[in-house]
Amino acid sequence: MITSAILARLDLRGRLFLAAILLALILVPVMNLVVPAGSPLHVPTWLVSLLGKYLCYAILALALDLVWGYCGILSLGHGAFFALGGYAMGMYLMRQIGTRGVYGHPVLPDFMVFLNWKELPWFWYGFDMFPFALLMVFLAPGILAFIFGWFAFRSRVTGVYLSIITQALTYALMLAFFRNDMGFGGNNGLTDFKDIVGFPVQAQGTRVALFALTLVALAGCYILARTIVTSKAGKVLVAIRDAESRTRFLGFRVERYKLFVFTLSAMMAGLAGALYVPQVGIINPSEFAPGNSIEVVIWVAVGGRGTLVGAAIGAVLVNFAKTTFTTGALAPYWLFALGALFVLTTLYMPKGVIGTYAEWREKRRERSTLAAHAASKPAE
Amino acid sequence: MRIIRLPLAALRWLASCLLLGLVLVHAAQAGPLEDAAALFANDSFTDTAKAIELLVDSGAEHAGPAIDALNNRRLFVAADKTVFFRDASGAFIALVSGAKLPAEPAGANGVRVNNRIRSVINTALGTLTLQSPDPAKRRAAAEAVFKSRSPDSETALQAAIRNEKVAAIREIQQTALAAIIATSPNRSDIDRLAAIEVLKERGDRESLTPLNQIPDSAGANVKDAAKAAVQTINNRLATWSAVQNAWYGVSLGSVLLLAAIGLAITFGVMGIINMAHGEMVMIGAYATFIIQEIIRQNAPGLFEYSLAIAIPAAFILAGLIGIAMERLVIRHLYGRPLETLLATWGISLILMQAIRTIFGPTNREVGAPAFMSGSFRIGLIDITYGRVWIVGFALVVFFAVLALLRFTPLGLQMRAVTQNRRMAASMGIRTARVDALTFGLGSGIAGLAGVALSQIDNVSPNLGQSYIIDSFMVVVFGGVGNLWGTLVAALSLGIANKFLEPFAGAVLGKIALLVFIILFIQKRPRGLFALKGRAVEQ
Repeated sequence: MITSAILARLDLRGRLFLAAILLALILVPVMNLVVPAGSPLHVPTWLVSLLGKYLCYAILALALDLVWGYCGILSLGHGAFFALGGYAMGMYLMRQIGTRGVYGHPVLPDFMVFLNWKELPWFWYGFDMFPFALLMVFLAPGILAFIFGWFAFRSRVTGVYLSIITQALTYALMLAFFRNDMGFGGNNGLTDFKDIVGFPVQAQGTRVALFALTLVALAGCYILARTIVTSKAGKVLVAIRDAESRTRFLGFRVERYKLFVFTLSAMMAGLAGALYVPQVGIINPSEFAPGNSIEVVIWVAVGGRGTLVGAAIGAVLVNFAKTTFTTGALAPYWLFALGALFVLTTLYMPKGVIGTYAEWREKRRERSTLAAHAASKPAE
Repeated sequence: MRIIRLPLAALRWLASCLLLGLVLVHAAQAGPLEDAAALFANDSFTDTAKAIELLVDSGAEHAGPAIDALNNRRLFVAADKTVFFRDASGAFIALVSGAKLPAEPAGANGVRVNNRIRSVINTALGTLTLQSPDPAKRRAAAEAVFKSRSPDSETALQAAIRNEKVAAIREIQQTALAAIIATSPNRSDIDRLAAIEVLKERGDRESLTPLNQIPDSAGANVKDAAKAAVQTINNRLATWSAVQNAWYGVSLGSVLLLAAIGLAITFGVMGIINMAHGEMVMIGAYATFIIQEIIRQNAPGLFEYSLAIAIPAAFILAGLIGIAMERLVIRHLYGRPLETLLATWGISLILMQAIRTIFGPTNREVGAPAFMSGSFRIGLIDITYGRVWIVGFALVVFFAVLALLRFTPLGLQMRAVTQNRRMAASMGIRTARVDALTFGLGSGIAGLAGVALSQIDNVSPNLGQSYIIDSFMVVVFGGVGNLWGTLVAALSLGIANKFLEPFAGAVLGKIALLVFIILFIQKRPRGLFALKGRAVEQ
């Protein structure tokens, strides 16, 4: 029943997307675990983790598309929510190291011992428990987004002003997390993880499980986002995007809708960050860099703003291109390519891959119906 | 006056004659060098100390090198009890005659030194240099005595004061003497009070140390006077440190202003979010580098004028790139500010990578012409000429832009297009051309900022990145479309930053300011000096 309710919300594109996720969910683990290493069909474990990383980015892009594509809030600080979720997970993983650190301290992580700290700072309490850490993965970015949005939307900061202050927000957080006395490991960040809920992080099985979890999370986030944008509230969001003042004059509490969707989106970003950290094995303050957050925007723009599926596809496509570029002889040209992507997408493909494709199909259909119409007319 | 001065001069002359005579008689009688040599030959620490004093009193030319040699274990006693040393150049010199020896005498043993001897040596060297013919050395020696406050230097210091011709050095010597008198035991209260007065007059951080070390034996009034002097000096220091912070703040503010003026035009006047603005600054800095390289290779004599040449070059180069950007990309995105933001970010990536490919990722060396190096002192703070020039340059650029917008036909057209594009077009203004020129102007000014920043920051491909967020903060804080707001915002942010730094540290201060601006925009979304308008949306 639930399935049918969900499916009712989805268009063809969404069903195809979920089918692709389901396929990957079955194929990749099988090709990694069952297919022998020598076979050409074998997917090595590093590739599984790499794909998992792309999928985390896809969740992040989905979160951004929800606010930008459907509500017109261009956040240049979504990297901050991603990183906060990542730090929450990283803190849990640090506590799981226990006495296996270089200094072997039972409670304090290595960097605190190194900095001569005597006891755990209060904000590290509770992170040894997985449920608490999981809660913080959502709460830390959620609360920040709520407070930030509360102030910003109520005083009607919109458009580029909002973009600029979200950028300032992530920049300020980056500066703060780079400080050693913040208690988050300074510029080295958190790394050297050992276990996650009792399983070794590096093990093949754990990696495949994390990959599968990320896929499930992506599907879940997509269904949630899709449910929201097809609901009545979703219509209001689009109305706010297209004519904010008019929506307000019609009696809608614009700032509440915005605050809701912004906070939700930040939590999604936090979840993406939390899944990202164990697969990549490190979280450091450079994740807060303003450039990262802008890159997320280009993923969404490439895939197609306001399509959800497009955002996820854009994230995977751009990051796949990035990996191919930066690992080969073309490495120095990656930034040229990325820069050109920014310029060309905004100039010639404002609707992204998905949007342009949809438009092309629409036109073709129109033309064919027109032709059919024209063909049928003389016969009448 | 003349009547008094003559006898004084005569007296001084008499005194120096007497002193000279004394020295001569002394030398002729005992031969301090021989005595010293004999004492060195004993190689006992007590005798060595005495010998050093004899050497200092001898006034011999090679006394300094000899003591220096002893300090470095290069003073030896030969088997026949001749004392000699190896000087810095490696030659062997006899202590008594000061003449060069043809070869190293046989059976040489180094004279031993311990910590007590080392301190005697330091005092001796200080005394010797107090009257060095080189004024810089004399000054340094006097400062050294002021820091050490060793009572052993007192006699030498007094002699030095008598002979000193340069008033500034004499002043330092007198404060050094005052520091000795104030801190050493067994002085009369009157002397101490006078000394405290001298120290108070000097009034910098270093004078606090002797004032805090008045011995317990001193009278109560002396201690009170010292306390009062410390209080006065502390107040003075606080005032000067505030002045210094304010100056640093103005200096930082002028850098922010330079980086933000161009943005105030493109963003403030035209409403274009130009994320590549920082790269225009960087291109200006690299233009300076290129100009200097050309001058170095072709006409080294012109180096002093390199910045003067770089200013128009950077303006034109950055301006042309700006115009090209406007024509090729931004023109197609008018009315879509968020897309403009993304496209210009892409351009900034391309420009940065292009510079990295051409010039390499490392910092490039941009030299400073002579008129920009060096510093001068006001009260207790040092001000470098470079900073003064940059503050001046920022203000000149600011007022030039203001005048251009207000008094020239181009400025008039720019304002007209900004305020009402369609009306301006109906009046015959070619709005597209004005757009391109305005954007070029904004970019050109960013290039000018690059020339100035090349003098104080690292010229690297990342130069622009570090200014872009700050510049946006300045423009948004000051109020969009208002150049005066930009000026006030840049200076106040600069000063606030520098006053926060001592309390919170550089990073926390910066974070505090960012948070403040984020909150400020919530309260006044149009900045400090908002343009009044009736539009619901911009």
